[in-house]
Amino acid sequence: MSKAEIMMIISGIGETLLMVFVSTLCGYVFGLPLGIALYMNDQDGIKPNKTVYRILDIIVNIGRSIPFIILLILIIPFTRMLVGKSYGTVATIVPLTVSAIPFIGRMVESSLKEVDKGVIEAAQSMGASNLQIITKVLLKEARPSLINGATIALGTIVGYSAMAGTVGGGGLGDIAIRYGYYRYQTNIMLVTVAIIVILVQLFQFAGNKLSKIMDKRKNQ
Amino acid sequence: MAELIRVSNLSKTFESKAGIVEALNDVSFEIDKGEIFGIIGLSGAGKSTLVRCLNLLEKPNSGEVIIDGENMMDLDEKKLRLKRRKIGMIFQSFNLLMQDTILANVCFPMEIAGINRNETKKKALEYLKVVGLEEKAKAYPSQLSGGQKQRVAIARVLASNPEILLCDEATSALDPETTKSILNLIKDINQKYNITVVVITHEMAVIQEICNRCIVLENGKLAEENTVEELFRHPKTSAARRLIFNSTNQVRSMSSGRVIRIAFQEANTTEPVIANLILEFKKPVNILESNISSINGKSRGQMMVQLPDDDKLADKMIAYLKKNESIDVAEVSDYE
Repeated sequence: MSKAEIMMIISGIGETLLMVFVSTLCGYVFGLPLGIALYMNDQDGIKPNKTVYRILDIIVNIGRSIPFIILLILIIPFTRMLVGKSYGTVATIVPLTVSAIPFIGRMVESSLKEVDKGVIEAAQSMGASNLQIITKVLLKEARPSLINGATIALGTIVGYSAMAGTVGGGGLGDIAIRYGYYRYQTNIMLVTVAIIVILVQLFQFAGNKLSKIMDKRKNQ
Repeated sequence: MAELIRVSNLSKTFESKAGIVEALNDVSFEIDKGEIFGIIGLSGAGKSTLVRCLNLLEKPNSGEVIIDGENMMDLDEKKLRLKRRKIGMIFQSFNLLMQDTILANVCFPMEIAGINRNETKKKALEYLKVVGLEEKAKAYPSQLSGGQKQRVAIARVLASNPEILLCDEATSALDPETTKSILNLIKDINQKYNITVVVITHEMAVIQEICNRCIVLENGKLAEENTVEELFRHPKTSAARRLIFNSTNQVRSMSSGRVIRIAFQEANTTEPVIANLILEFKKPVNILESNISSINGKSRGQMMVQLPDDDKLADKMIAYLKKNESIDVAEVSDYE
């Protein structure tokens, strides 16, 4: 590999990390409240509301069932409206975020469902409001599970970001497609794929570790 | 004593796939300020639903719950939250925040009440001292034993400075020794802070240990209301009898013969009643089960005794025992 190619791969790593972290973060900005809303309105939730839950549930299911590659193309007008263009690293953040939101919402919902109902009941018996229950009980008690969820979300979004490469999305996936596939430079493809694998492994390792450190349920 | 809680004609039904379940059916009773009141019943009797209707964690279908002159059903959401702060609750599964330290757990009710941080911490340590766990302030609930967790839960209740403490099977997950120490703590708190205590349990021994008065629930209905002493000596209903007879492990070896129940009164536990009976008639009797316990500081106990097959002899034995004024003797037909 030439020096230029190596530099290209390094900047590709930077682009991928930027895309993945910014989209995950934006995904949580919307996905976390969505997950909380799903949990609260559920039949066994704290403020059950069948209609609201049904609507959110359908929206999330639709969002989750559209293949990312299709979504990417479908929302090009929306992406253009937000960032002015439809290709490149920054533009890819938009579809990545949009596809991450329902995914993260579900993940958050299932984490919150793991919280012991008895603890919530105890908080209610102490006169806690629903907002206090969300901030001081649910999010705190579900913390290790939420971190696990975020780890899974990161890994999934790394995969999606590589897919975005097919349409000029930037980052490692982009390099793998352009050089490895279109120009038959197998070595570059292999290196980029290896780096993607290592990134996912690192995220998973760090996430598991953090979740374990944060979890106070086990005897230390 | 002044009345603090009044429950009148309370009913609650649940709808499930199997149909409508009547959890509570027209239950009425009163609890006075400062007393330790028991609600006893077998599982499924409606005890837990009843206690949750007191702080409106469950909404009754009909009837009234009046606490300190206020009708709970008339309170709006905000007022209800304020009212709940005056009604502490502890649970069978402790329900502590597992991701928070012991100190943070005790701080929790003060935090949600908006008390400032410094004062919260100081008070929390004080309450931990009351329950004897101040050195565990920095530990997490997972590092404590069941009894210690319940002590933390009690400290947490004290932190909201309540008038009432609801105990929902609070000792059912604990061993007998720990149960006793938790019950003693509850008794202390009742006296020290003048907190009215409502104890929900399926164990007669718990009621005997700390309650003054109690009600017996069966299938959602109030079967009996009585002082604990009276309930123990002369249970009026079959529901109460079942609870009392089930309160010890049953060991049976004789399958025939009549069974009597002897309830001992104070200071009588030193008298060798059974030995004297056997010496008098020169015939063996079989002690099916027996327990001696302390109720309100007096020594009390009960014994289930199987009499010989000979009906005439059995009658004589009963007559002999009935002459003894310090015991209550009754034949039990529904002993199984």
